[in-house]
Amino acid sequence: MSSREKILAAVKKNQPRDPGAETPAVSQTVVADKKEKFKTVLTAIGGTVVEMNSTEKIAAYILNISTDAASIISTVPGLQLGNSISGADPHSLKNIDIAVLPGEFGVAENGAIWITDGAMGDRALPFICERLMLVIPENSLLGTMHDAYQRIGAAGYNFGTFIAGPSKTADIEQSLVLGAHGPKSLTVFLLGG
Amino acid sequence: MKERGGKDHAKLAERFNEDEPRVDWHDKTLWFVREKRDKAAWQIPEWEQLRERASHIKNTVLANLHDLLLQFESNAEQNGAIVHWAETAAEHNEIVRSIIARHGVNRIVKSKSMLTEECHLNEYLEKHEIEVTDTDLGERIVQLANEPPSHIVLPCIHWKKEEIGDLFHKHLGTPAGNSDPAFLTAAARQHLRDRFLTSRVAITGGNFAVADTGEVVVCTNEGNADLGVQLSDVHIVCMGIEKIIPSRDDLAIFLRLLARSATGQPITTYSSHFRRPRPGQEMHIVLVDNGRSTRLGSDDYRNALKCIRCAACFNTCPVYRRSGGHSYHTAISGPIGSILAPWGDMKKYADLPFASTLCGSCSNVCPVKINIHEQLYRWRQDLVKQGYAPTSKKIGMNAMQTVLSNPGIFRIGGWLGRKLLKRFPFMVNNRFNPWWWQRDMPEPPATSFREWFQKNRKQ
Amino acid sequence: MTVGLFIPCYVDQFYPQVGIATLQLLEKCGVTVEFPPGQTCCGQPMANAGFEHLTDKCSQQFIKSFGSYDYIVSPSGSCVLHVKEHLHVPGSERQVQSIANKIFELTEFLTDVLKIKALNSSFKHKVGLHQSCHGQRGLKLSQMSELVASPFSKSEYLLSMVKGLELIALDRKDECCGFGGTFCVSEEAVSVKMGKDRIADHLLHDAAYITGNDMSCLMHLEGILKRQKRKVQVIHIAEILNTPHT
Repeated sequence: MSSREKILAAVKKNQPRDPGAETPAVSQTVVADKKEKFKTVLTAIGGTVVEMNSTEKIAAYILNISTDAASIISTVPGLQLGNSISGADPHSLKNIDIAVLPGEFGVAENGAIWITDGAMGDRALPFICERLMLVIPENSLLGTMHDAYQRIGAAGYNFGTFIAGPSKTADIEQSLVLGAHGPKSLTVFLLGG
Repeated sequence: MKERGGKDHAKLAERFNEDEPRVDWHDKTLWFVREKRDKAAWQIPEWEQLRERASHIKNTVLANLHDLLLQFESNAEQNGAIVHWAETAAEHNEIVRSIIARHGVNRIVKSKSMLTEECHLNEYLEKHEIEVTDTDLGERIVQLANEPPSHIVLPCIHWKKEEIGDLFHKHLGTPAGNSDPAFLTAAARQHLRDRFLTSRVAITGGNFAVADTGEVVVCTNEGNADLGVQLSDVHIVCMGIEKIIPSRDDLAIFLRLLARSATGQPITTYSSHFRRPRPGQEMHIVLVDNGRSTRLGSDDYRNALKCIRCAACFNTCPVYRRSGGHSYHTAISGPIGSILAPWGDMKKYADLPFASTLCGSCSNVCPVKINIHEQLYRWRQDLVKQGYAPTSKKIGMNAMQTVLSNPGIFRIGGWLGRKLLKRFPFMVNNRFNPWWWQRDMPEPPATSFREWFQKNRKQ
Repeated sequence: MTVGLFIPCYVDQFYPQVGIATLQLLEKCGVTVEFPPGQTCCGQPMANAGFEHLTDKCSQQFIKSFGSYDYIVSPSGSCVLHVKEHLHVPGSERQVQSIANKIFELTEFLTDVLKIKALNSSFKHKVGLHQSCHGQRGLKLSQMSELVASPFSKSEYLLSMVKGLELIALDRKDECCGFGGTFCVSEEAVSVKMGKDRIADHLLHDAAYITGNDMSCLMHLEGILKRQKRKVQVIHIAEILNTPHT
């Protein structure tokens, strides 16, 4: 008998009877002002929120703060900046300063943005860059994680992630440091208009 | 009398308490994390409903684990992942080693996985000349110090920044005397970035494995799991079989509870859903039993399998905060560790369920409502029945039973005790009486309550 | 209504004034109180140490002493909880259940059964309330800080009826004192450290007295206070509630 068979047999033999209890209800939190909440939470966890009403303005903002146009990559439709991703080797992205990517939606209760592999260019990009910037439509903001998973539904992404703020650690005496292994900063552009 | 085994929480905790200022620092640091958790929980009016729902989901999982495991395996394989099954820790370690060896690799990166700690994977791989770099900053620190982590979420919570500064000076060449957390973290970032860029195999844990989609969710603040996986040719997920959850929707409940319970954050920085491997990458998922399938059959102890490894119980435990994770001499310490460990080795871990006052705080911060304090009580009964109580305690208890079940003996015994204590306090005020080491004994009164009652109320 | 008074073994022998105060307080509230002389112990010290299987005789003695009363009242949250949850006598399940249904800790008896609204008591001092764990989390005598739920406290409610009493706030409202039964000697270092920290919290907030529902906790704190030569004294809540207003 293989380990697989032994394990499954043991589990089947030992698992308790399902009492068929009713699923306990969870009241839905309605977030009144999603934009305010999103901004407050994300700022509190180290992110920066910038409201813009066009991709051109976003491009100008980014160019203004970047030091080297060659180290920017954008995968945002309508936002031409820097180079495009060339080649399949993620190691080639190791010197990228700014990555600008389109998120699908934001979640007000925790300042998180959902983004899937299709929008990343390369899956390593959101993690290997120094400064990460995400663009989401302002009207894509949802209230809670329940709303988020309802929105995601049965989507067939290959890889998806919620990103809430810059990478961080508090492992050294509980002192919060932004920029552990992932990006040192996160800027979220709320695209309105 | 069966031997208790070498290490003992009481002795280790006693040593920990020799440095009182350090105990105060450790206690206050972790209490602060408990307070952050409280603040985060109070932001969610439906918090207790979330706990109830999470508990219900996990109960459902345990009752349907067999079918859910098959469903997960089928979907994961359809997604292109290779699923392995390991009955024991040793088998898990060998599966991981052979995957690495097959790729001709001798250095790998690993993000946090308590399962790999439980199996002592690092030691096994190092023995086979595979260099493992733990990439979570806290884990890297204890790895450099050649120690196990003392907390499952905050691995080096017992280290002061000056000590980390010295450690980095020794191993990473940072300037001596620099203990600035931002500077040290930046140094670690550089050091580990090099490892990420040059490792071809990345091991991660799995916070949740979704049965109906075959995806695995990994939550980190640092982004180390993601960086490791996305730069590797091989991604190995190491997971206990109890980490399965039925569907994606359930993630909403758990992701709302996990980080708030663990550190008071609304969510970890990254909650990554690994569904299909990168094109050209191999994704392996190792499902580990290691005693879980038998524990599943125990009405008393099954609930511990609901654990999502948030460590809220650690942070609230007044004993853990004042004894430190290493006093538990096991991979997962704290309250949950004290009910998990004896299952695997009663002899070695018989001391742990007694390292508690049964205050019940742990059970009430647990996001999945594990009845930790009840299992601690149950373990005490089972351990004593199995013979793991020291003979002296057994004799003492038998004597106590005789005195306490016989009113006559009780009356006389109590009277005698009080008179002796009054006349000859040295009989108990000495070094053989642990109570007396740091506390005065209670003043023995002239009469007992029952004597007073006889005199003043009895008609 | 006849109440069987259950006095914990160590209270009987070392803190008779707590038993006396409990008795007098109940009588003042118009209750007929009897003290069954055959009572010894609830068995908790043995059970918590893993020797529940040795408590059968003790439990039998308990049932024999208390089976016939309308209510059983005790000035000890942990003893009452033990009786409710861990009294096992094979063959006497119905009696055990009946006892579990009618046993009350003192403060919950006053608030929930007698429903008293006022006390003719005074205690003009600053008092710190120590929340004993088993009473709080087990018997739900007050809301625990772990839960996101409305606060309440039966002890605080009763203490608010005592004239002149000033209840101090604490930094950690419901952290365990470290007594824990045999824990107090088997894990002496941690036990004492926990007790010292509780005391420091009360001292920081200028308590003159530390009170609570469980004399075991207070005995442990008193031991440390006396060793530290502090002026702060411990006093069981029954004694405070029974202090007459003059």
